[in-house]
Amino acid sequence: MLILSNTEEIPGKKIVAIYGVVSGSTVRAKHIGRDIMAALKNMVGGELKGYTELLQEARDEAMRRMMQQAEEMGANAVVNVRFSTSSVAQGAAELFAYGTAVGVE
Amino acid sequence: MDNGSINILINILMILVPIMLGMIIGSILEHNHFRSLVRRERELAEFPAMTLKKPPASWEASGASLVSGSVVISVDYFKRFIASLIQIFGGRIGMYDSLLERARREALLRMKVQAKSQGYDAVINVRLETSRLASAVYQGKGTAGLEILAFGTAIKAKVPR
Repeated sequence: MLILSNTEEIPGKKIVAIYGVVSGSTVRAKHIGRDIMAALKNMVGGELKGYTELLQEARDEAMRRMMQQAEEMGANAVVNVRFSTSSVAQGAAELFAYGTAVGVE
Repeated sequence: MDNGSINILINILMILVPIMLGMIIGSILEHNHFRSLVRRERELAEFPAMTLKKPPASWEASGASLVSGSVVISVDYFKRFIASLIQIFGGRIGMYDSLLERARREALLRMKVQAKSQGYDAVINVRLETSRLASAVYQGKGTAGLEILAFGTAIKAKVPR
């Protein structure tokens, strides 16, 4: 099981090998059905649950790709994980996760 | 009344009704959300989350896992309307403060809930990120929502009570 952490080291474990930077990304467009619900919800404000779920799924996907890359390298942990979100085009967003693949004891 | 003035009346209503609805329902929802935030925060008050990179040495921390909580939130029509008026003269837009506060507290809570449900004792190195989602309406100029992401490393530790 791959360990993920956004700290530089994992508490209670020692880093013995560094494999390099791993990353994963996904670009998602908005869903028309969710868009209509969001437009209605926009009137009264508050949480747009459809979008929260959409972004969460996309971020999980980006993280899965990052973990896959780390596993292929033979790492058993990814430290210093960072996220970034950028809107590449109207109605589409890129979710990006990156970190350092390492081997821990 | 002739046709022209009825049309004008309808047009005014088309603008006023969403604003009024936004004001009334929006403020009720906000009030309820704050109440639920306070209640859930009290339940998790014992669960430590910190921005420190390392937990105190006496905690004997072990094991780690990335946890996160996110929320997409938008502002209601009434607040957006008032904000657009303030933007003419500049100054502090107070009504957006409460929106961001709600979203950040909610994201932090979700992160803590995730960490606790997975059996961890604390979250270290907490980071908060904000990003704006471009909207499909108004050629992408309208704010569809803001995403707040809270993430950190959940650890198992002996937390002093």
